[in-house]
Amino acid sequence: MSVVELDDAVAVLGQFPALAGATLRVEEGEIVLLRGPNGAGKTTLLRLCAGLVPLVRGTGAVLGLDLATHRESIRRTVGLLGHQNGLYLDLTVAENVRFWGSTVGASDGEMQSAMQRLDVAGRLAGVSVSKLSAGQKRRTALACLIARRAQLWLLDEPHAGLDASARDELDETLRQAAASGATMLVASHELERAGSLATRTVDVVGGRVHAVIDDVDPRDPGSGNPPAAGVAT
Amino acid sequence: MTTTDPTLSQTDPAEAPPTSGAGTGTRGTRVIGVATIVAMGWLVAFGLGFSPEDRDQRERVRLLYVHVPTIWIAYLAFIVTAVASAVYFFGKKSLGWDRLAGASAEIGTAFVAVTLVIGAMWGRLTWGVFWQWDARLTTTALLFVTYVGYLAVRRLGGTHEQRARRSAVIGMLAVLEIPLVHWSVRLWRSLHQEATVLGTDGDVSMDGLMLFSLLVGVIAFTLLYVWLVMHRTRVMAMEDLLDDRGLDDALAARRAEAGPGEVAREGSGAL
Amino acid sequence: MSALRIARFVAAKDLRIEWNSRVFVNQVLPFAGVTMVIFAFALDADSVLQRVAPGLVWLATMFSMLVLVQRAFAVETADGALDALRVAGVDPRAIYLGKAAALGVQLVVLEVVLLFAAVVLYGQTIPAGGWVLLVTTLISATCGLAAVGTLYGGLAAGFTGRETLLPLLTFPAVAPVLIGATRAVEAALGTAGAVVSDGWPWVGLLAVFAVAFGVGGALAFGPLIDE
Repeated sequence: MSVVELDDAVAVLGQFPALAGATLRVEEGEIVLLRGPNGAGKTTLLRLCAGLVPLVRGTGAVLGLDLATHRESIRRTVGLLGHQNGLYLDLTVAENVRFWGSTVGASDGEMQSAMQRLDVAGRLAGVSVSKLSAGQKRRTALACLIARRAQLWLLDEPHAGLDASARDELDETLRQAAASGATMLVASHELERAGSLATRTVDVVGGRVHAVIDDVDPRDPGSGNPPAAGVAT
Repeated sequence: MTTTDPTLSQTDPAEAPPTSGAGTGTRGTRVIGVATIVAMGWLVAFGLGFSPEDRDQRERVRLLYVHVPTIWIAYLAFIVTAVASAVYFFGKKSLGWDRLAGASAEIGTAFVAVTLVIGAMWGRLTWGVFWQWDARLTTTALLFVTYVGYLAVRRLGGTHEQRARRSAVIGMLAVLEIPLVHWSVRLWRSLHQEATVLGTDGDVSMDGLMLFSLLVGVIAFTLLYVWLVMHRTRVMAMEDLLDDRGLDDALAARRAEAGPGEVAREGSGAL
Repeated sequence: MSALRIARFVAAKDLRIEWNSRVFVNQVLPFAGVTMVIFAFALDADSVLQRVAPGLVWLATMFSMLVLVQRAFAVETADGALDALRVAGVDPRAIYLGKAAALGVQLVVLEVVLLFAAVVLYGQTIPAGGWVLLVTTLISATCGLAAVGTLYGGLAAGFTGRETLLPLLTFPAVAPVLIGATRAVEAALGTAGAVVSDGWPWVGLLAVFAVAFGVGGALAFGPLIDE
């Protein structure tokens, strides 16, 4: 059973077909890098796999659950870190982590260690989220995500807004999660960082998914794929 | 007019209705349409002609031959909306039920508006005022606003299934709201007896020919309602079909974004 | 993790947000107070104000409730928290009950302040026999208002035009509460010759309303906030 199986999936934003027939299969333990221009449909693809947006055409399943009928069940098994952080701006870091942790029954110890791993324990814990920098907010969101122990991680440009050391820490966190068996889909423009983490890379263009041959250098989008006839290189 | 386009929506094919021409008419609607015209003719004949004037209200009572049927049919329409909403929500999620609920609500709301307008005319002639805050008028006004809200929710956008689910929930909630409103307004108005000389109801003791005229009115408006619902649901089906076609076009345009060279790689799409 | 426990966390979270941000105290209460003042400008005569004071209290409550509901869901959509709640698989009924409870607490505080304002501005007095009725009315009316407000607030949350959609849906639905609560408070205060015993049937209506919408809302909330 694949973790993600999409077959010609179509998902819309309003009237716009953000995802225009995506076909993708992800096996357990894979870390798949989604690369592509803005507006290509990477965010919608991740939200579809999270069970947030409905499947309009095509078929799809996440962790064996049908996307057409079992969206609610799918959500509990995945963790999505989107463009927004999913935080309450008027609560402090600690209050946010405590709330999100309690919704899944995480213990105080687990929440504390999650905050420490992302370096938001200590002084930052008592700061209102609205006063944090983008990077600090992202780390808080990750702390909330870690407490949830998801089986499939869906990360939408996780490095955005982080400084170099924060990015290193994020990479380390992701590596640890991957080592403990989590499957990941990462949309990113950070081709070098995410590429070194990824086991596989796919291109998302025009709402569709195109596989990139495995042993290609993710920093060079053109390598590994013979130019199609009629397309100038 | 069926189509063999394989890219049409798989979840609920909004098939074009089996019409013979460019409109939404079929043999069924023509039969009902003719029956409606005949019944309306009878209504005019009896309502304006054969039935006598009322002892107290004189000619004004003739307004009631329209006013009373329209509110009864409006209630029928809203019951249909509630039932269709429930069938959609708890049943097979077939969009036809959602379209029925929506069409019925639209027509029901229009009928309530007619009821209120004619009631205002009657009130002006009878009491000298267009409006009174008695139980019946107040509940009718709230009924109208409630379903205007339902229609606003139908227009919120999204996919057809999203619209259908949202509307079905709101449609069923209206069934909860209306009785509560009725109860509270009746209780309110019974404690504040502001009866006018003629009584706040439009009821008159009707006999014979007047009752018959009223019955003709009910039949005529019921037929009109059925005719309107049939046409409206078909137009909605065609609107949904148009949306789906629009989606097909948008999909084609979106896929073309990727450029012609990408097509060659599709074979290696899934690993 | 039972739904009720999660509802408690959600309610506590909402109240803590209000505590931290002070929007309720700094903006909503003054708004309600100003509304009570401008009612006096519109309704010139003192005798008129005295007669309609209970109604004005509930009108001001209704208008302020719109602001409270918008705020309750603005905090959810500001950073995508509602989406995160959905992905976390939190039972929507728990979200609904928690948010309705927090809204209810704020409404009760608001109503108490408005009653106090009515006593001061509109010359109202609360007779000794009316207290029980008054408190019961406040609680039962608030439950109904919170139930309806949270439900339609959740529906309107994601859409443009939510500011007008919310009152369009909410006001007809809470008309019974407006009618019942006003009559009951009139009975409690002895307005226009009403006696306390007149008020109890209305409390019954309010209670039925609260239960009906509490249950209906909890069931309807999930489908309405879903995409």
